[in-house]
Order: sequence, then C-alpha cells, then structure tokens
Amino acid sequence: MSTPEAQAIQPSTPTGPMIRTLMGIAMLSGFLVVLTYQLTKPIIAENQRRAIEAAVFQVIPGAVARRDFLVTESAVTAVTPDGPTEGVLVYAGYDQQGNLKGVAAKAGAQGYADMIHLLYGYDPDCECIRGIKVLKLAETPGLGDKIITDADFVANFDALEAKLNASGGKLANEIVTVKAGTKQNPWEIDAISGATISSQAVGKALNRSTQQLLPQLMPHIDVVRNAPPPPSEPETPDSGTQ
Amino acid sequence: MAKKQDNTITWDTFSEGLWRENPVFVMLLGMCPVLAVTNSAINALAMGIATLFVLLASGTLISLLRNSIPKQVRIATYIVIIATFVTIVDYTIQAISLDLYNALGAFIQLIVANCMILGRAEAYSSRNPPLKSIINATGMGLGFTLALLCLGVVREILGAGSLFGIDLFGPRFEPWVVMVLPAGGFLVLGAWLLLFEWLKQRKSETELNPAAES
Repeated sequence: MSTPEAQAIQPSTPTGPMIRTLMGIAMLSGFLVVLTYQLTKPIIAENQRRAIEAAVFQVIPGAVARRDFLVTESAVTAVTPDGPTEGVLVYAGYDQQGNLKGVAAKAGAQGYADMIHLLYGYDPDCECIRGIKVLKLAETPGLGDKIITDADFVANFDALEAKLNASGGKLANEIVTVKAGTKQNPWEIDAISGATISSQAVGKALNRSTQQLLPQLMPHIDVVRNAPPPPSEPETPDSGTQ
Repeated sequence: MAKKQDNTITWDTFSEGLWRENPVFVMLLGMCPVLAVTNSAINALAMGIATLFVLLASGTLISLLRNSIPKQVRIATYIVIIATFVTIVDYTIQAISLDLYNALGAFIQLIVANCMILGRAEAYSSRNPPLKSIINATGMGLGFTLALLCLGVVREILGAGSLFGIDLFGPRFEPWVVMVLPAGGFLVLGAWLLLFEWLKQRKSETELNPAAES
C-alpha cells in the first residue's frame, strides 16, 4: 500500500491516527480474508474435484470411478498425495467392475478469440477418442460456441480414430479438421460451417495432445489397466454440468 | 420496510435507490458489470447479489468507522474495506458454484472498481449513521440488482431464447445472437434508459405519489 505513505507526508493532520486507522483496517481485512479463505477452501477443493469428475465421466462413456495418473517420457505412475508431480496429468475412468473404460486428458489450442481448452476421453481398446468436453472458451456466441452445442460436430467424437503407427512413435493418421460435410476417414473431423477456425482449433488441440501423449502412454497402458480399482464411491456424479 | 428510528429514516431512505436515484438507470454508475455480465438472467442476478453484499457490508463498516477515519486516508481506507468484502464474495461464489464463478469471470474482482460502491461510501455511508446507511445500501443494492436483472432477462430471452436457462420457445426459435454480445448490452441498456426517462417525465408532469414504484 503506497497511497497511505504518500499521503502521510502531508502535514495537515498528525500522522499517528492515519497510520493507526490504516493498520487497524488492514489487520481487520487480513483477518476477514484469511477466515473466509480457510472456511471455503475445502468446499472449493471439493467443487473442483466434482467438476473434474463430472467432466471425466462425460468424456469416457461408461466410467463411474476415476484415478489420476502422471505420464512422463519413461513411465506412467498413479498420482499420490506426496508423490512426484512432474508429467502430464491424465484421468483414467473405470466402470463398476474396475475395467478401464478410457483415459481423459486435457488439450488446448488457439481458437478465434482465445485459447480453447478441452478435455477428451481416449479409449485404448478402440484406439479412438470417445468424447470431448470444452472446459474453457471465449468464442463468439452463436458461432464458435457451436463446437459445444452442434450435434453433428459433437458426433465427430463418438469414435474419432487416433491410432499409433507401427513403431508407436506417432499417430498413424494425423487428426485433421476437414471442410464441413467432407469427412471420409475416421480420423477426420467435420468442421462446422461458419465456425471453421474454432473447429480447426479443436482438431489441432486433439492432434497435438494425442501425438505427444499416446506414444508415452500406450506402452504403459497396462499400468493403468491393472491399477487397483479405486474405492467405489457411493455418490452419483451429477450430470450435465455446463 | 419503513423503519422508524433516529434522525429521519423514511421510506425514501430505502426506496431512493430503487427508483428515484437508481444507480444504473438514473445515476449511470457501475456500467462495467451492467454491460458485461448481463448476458443471462442468472449471471445478472448473481452479480447483483454480489454487489449488494459488498455494498451493504462496506457501507456498514464505513459508517461505523466514519468518525475515526482521517480525511486524508479515507479513500485508501474505503478501497481496502471494499476489496476485503469483494475477496470474501469471490471465495464464497467459488464455494457455491464453480460454473457461476467461471461465467462471471474477472467481473467479481472488478466489483472493487465499481464506482457505485465507492461513490456510495463517499457520499452516503461516511456521512450517515449505520442504520440509515444499511437501509440505504440495501435499497441501492436492490436497485442495482433489479436493473441488472432487467437487462439480463431481456438479453437472455432475445439472445438465447431462454430464461434462467429454461428454454422458452423450443428449437425453432432463431436466437438474436447480437443481444448476448456486448453490443446487445448497449442496445438493451439504451432501451431501458429511454423507458425510465419517459416514465420519469410523465410522472413529473402529473406530479402524483412521488415514492411509488413502477
């Protein structure tokens, strides 16, 4: 706070009361802010966990339980509270019996207005993307935000192929966004006419993320598959958060 | 709601914020959230309530401390007090709903810079006893909320074809997208101002019950 110091130089009233007032106010507000922070912290953490969970279950059809993993160049490890924190965070989703249904990861690319951040669910069995959920976007309402609402566009991600090539170093076919209505191959995304840039951003984000993640994840997918199923949670995830 | 207490607390103390000195439609204060977050009714309502809380809490505290704050540091003091309550609101909204928090974005923090709140602190709370300030701040806050809601409802109905997220017209309705864009904010605000001005003029001509609500 530099203002009070600058003003305290003015000689008209004694400095004492001014400093006392400001210190008193500052201490009071510090107390109030810390109190609120402490009170709301667990609730906010819980909210964030639920939001992530709801998003993960949305992009991995059939998943009811989740476990987090860290993917690095050499290994895939389960996230533990005091374990290492380096690597790409992915969320594995399992069904009731503890079978791996898919892995969700975050991706992002520059859209029309700002970065588009999304979460996608990858199914290692069909080697395809099973769903996406936009986490954050600032696209034009009515145009760019059709990537969330346009049913035809969303249908692109029912089973979007993202297969690794024989050597496992990169994708066999890059994920590309094609002009609206010209999708022919399972690794192509049909753009929305009128929202081409936003559609392309989704394709770019998915391509970049899968190119980087899958070569590291797939060799170790059994680690994820065989991870002890997480403790079943009684609460049902609330659907339709948007 | 009219409270009879010490020096001249009248119905007017409360209602001037609602109508005669409505912060949005008459004083044109705090335009930034008015234009920015009224793209849906729920956002407008949440923003209005958040502002109401900050206005009320900071008004109360400033009014209580009004005799012990030296003139030279009063603005700094007000800002610190306002910022404190804004931070509290910020955390509280995060705890209530992350979706709402994301929808309101940076505008929660920007309540600090809402000139209506600082204006009321300087012009009213620092000169009036606590009870009077509380009543007045409630009126002002409700007036602000009401105004935001007026904009939010119109913009959501026209721009998205829904109200509080509930679809009104079915899938065949073609939304008037400009209404949820910033330009729509100006258009709707202009329309409301026109309406208010017209009502005010008509009332001053007839000069009937001055404290009546719309």
